[in-house]
Amino acid sequence: MNNTADEKPVDLPEQHDDHTVGKPLLKDPKISVRNANVFYGDKQAVFDVDLDIGANQVIAMIGPSGCGKSTFLRCLNRMNDTIDICRVTGEINLDGQNIYDKKLDVVPLRAKVGMVFQKPNPFPKSIYDNVAYGPKIHGLANRRSELDQIVETSLTKAGLWNEVKDRLDQPGTGLSGGQQQRLCIARTIAVSPEVILMDEPCSALDPIATAKIEELIAELSENYTIAIVTHSMQQAARVSHRTAYFHMGKLVEVNKTQKVFTNPEHSLTESYITGRFG
Amino acid sequence: MSNSNTTELTTTQIVQNSLKKRYRAERRFKAFGIASVCVGVFALLILFTEIISKGVGAFTQTYVQLELKLDNDVLGIDDVSNPDAFMQANYTKVIRNALKEQFPTVKKRRDRRALYGMVSVGASYKLQAVITKNPDLIGTTQKFWVIADDDLDTYYKSLSDAEPFTGRMNDKQQAWVQTWVDNNQIKRKFNTTLFTAGDSSEPELAGILGALVGSLLTLSVTLILSFPIGVAAAVYLEEYAKRNKITDFIEVNINNLAAVPSVIFGLLGLAIFLNFFGMPRSIPLVGGLVLTLMTLPTIIISSRAAIKAVPPSIREAALGMGASKMQMILHHVIPLAMPGMLTGAIIGLAQALGETAPLLMIGMVAFIVDVPTGITDSATVLPVQIFLWADSPERAFVERTSAAIMVLLVFLISMNGIAIWLRKRLERRW
Repeated sequence: MNNTADEKPVDLPEQHDDHTVGKPLLKDPKISVRNANVFYGDKQAVFDVDLDIGANQVIAMIGPSGCGKSTFLRCLNRMNDTIDICRVTGEINLDGQNIYDKKLDVVPLRAKVGMVFQKPNPFPKSIYDNVAYGPKIHGLANRRSELDQIVETSLTKAGLWNEVKDRLDQPGTGLSGGQQQRLCIARTIAVSPEVILMDEPCSALDPIATAKIEELIAELSENYTIAIVTHSMQQAARVSHRTAYFHMGKLVEVNKTQKVFTNPEHSLTESYITGRFG
Repeated sequence: MSNSNTTELTTTQIVQNSLKKRYRAERRFKAFGIASVCVGVFALLILFTEIISKGVGAFTQTYVQLELKLDNDVLGIDDVSNPDAFMQANYTKVIRNALKEQFPTVKKRRDRRALYGMVSVGASYKLQAVITKNPDLIGTTQKFWVIADDDLDTYYKSLSDAEPFTGRMNDKQQAWVQTWVDNNQIKRKFNTTLFTAGDSSEPELAGILGALVGSLLTLSVTLILSFPIGVAAAVYLEEYAKRNKITDFIEVNINNLAAVPSVIFGLLGLAIFLNFFGMPRSIPLVGGLVLTLMTLPTIIISSRAAIKAVPPSIREAALGMGASKMQMILHHVIPLAMPGMLTGAIIGLAQALGETAPLLMIGMVAFIVDVPTGITDSATVLPVQIFLWADSPERAFVERTSAAIMVLLVFLISMNGIAIWLRKRLERRW
């Protein structure tokens, strides 16, 4: 947003109301968010978000830096719990159960809602151990052969098996950036989650690696619900079924991706996707 | 940019002109660094040459060859099957007879005593050991290398170096030594006693093993207690503790404790472990406990730094996989922080190894002859032994002090070596 300061000023249209435009709510959602507010200490980062995410759907979250989209994404598997000053109010339901319920344990939640981070962060262990880590801690495999099977399936699903099958004992950190990110995806799907959250998964990758990940997202969407935060509108347009536009912590517009990019309802969305700010 | 054309000097010229000055400053800066390094190396060299040149003599010990008549009339062993008989036999007399025979002209009481004093009192113990092992030797005449007294040892060693002898050796004694030298009856052997015996008031019988074992036992107690406690405290403070006034208070206190003079820990140990809990004095257990208190702050601080250095992305990855906090810590944080933690532990232990003051307070300064066999035996430690020997009046203790310092340094260097090796092994380059 800072760049815009040098350029000729843009008259941002007034935001006409506080309600999200488009179609934020769905029938039978996988995840439904109601009235979510996130605070960092005294500062509010996310305001009153209502949003549904359908099963086996890819939803892209776009918006300028600092608009709260990553913060919102991290609410969906309670990764914000790791930040002491972070507080979440409202209701976030996964399969009808409120994940912010005091009685709910985050460990099974995170097994169900996996996450891929912005920077590839494989464990400093072998490729095999990276993928096997989740199944091991959750006790998903009783025998070595089962574990081998899980590792192979996960790596195959992540499109990495052919590249690494001969060097599973090599360190995961020795792979290229794109391979590392696919390894992280393989690691995430090894515990058979239902939802995968991706926080700008391609921002540290080159275009070829990005293309591979995008292809992978399309394949994965057949079996998983995916929420992806991205800075690239082209990426959002390519991979997602629905797109949510965030601005200043508010969810401005949600709709079918095609609709958002061709005929946005809100003037802020239009300004953003036409590149007038962001 | 536009105004640089109007002035006489262009930007490039200004930069060119200032370059010389900059490079001069850089050279000065470098030279200062080199000089500092040189001062350090020079000091280290002086220290090492001083210690080694003084201490190297302690690794040999003078022995005198005597022809001993193992006459049973003199020894008085009437029953070979009775071990007590060997204990009570008069070995000293055998040695004295041998000396008397070699120098029959020595008649005066004072001279006799001077002559007998040339051989260590330890010689008779050695003879007892040999005869107890081989009772067949009784009745025969054997040539034995008996251990020389420290005064003779110092004198004989001084013959081979340039410095004038200043010890206790009168002219007659020096003449006897000359006789032995002429007859090839005197020589220096490797001083095994130094490494196999405990302390003694006789320098030639004094060894460092007692202190070495004492140090090992004390450090083991310290390591076993301080490393787990330190790491656990660091993990809790870093991973679990909420940031509030209490944690800040604890943090400030830990940092302060690291700077508390060690003698205070000794007083604390004296008050708590000896007076309150009534533990015995001078035992490695108490020494280890005191040193644990002393090293804990160091280990906690360095472990916290190591834990802090673990990249947050790894924590997020683990938590994102559904690992519990404990799994995240045990599987990822601690393995990655281990090299740093170990370094801290070794620094703490090296400090503890060289520590004297707190141990004086709990009585580990006692004169202990026996080599300790457990953490509840009375013991002393290497630095205290060095302190004790440096304080002794016998000249022969001078070189032994330096030898003990060398042993301490070797101990320290090997400890650091192990630490570096461990760190290299754990620090996998991913």
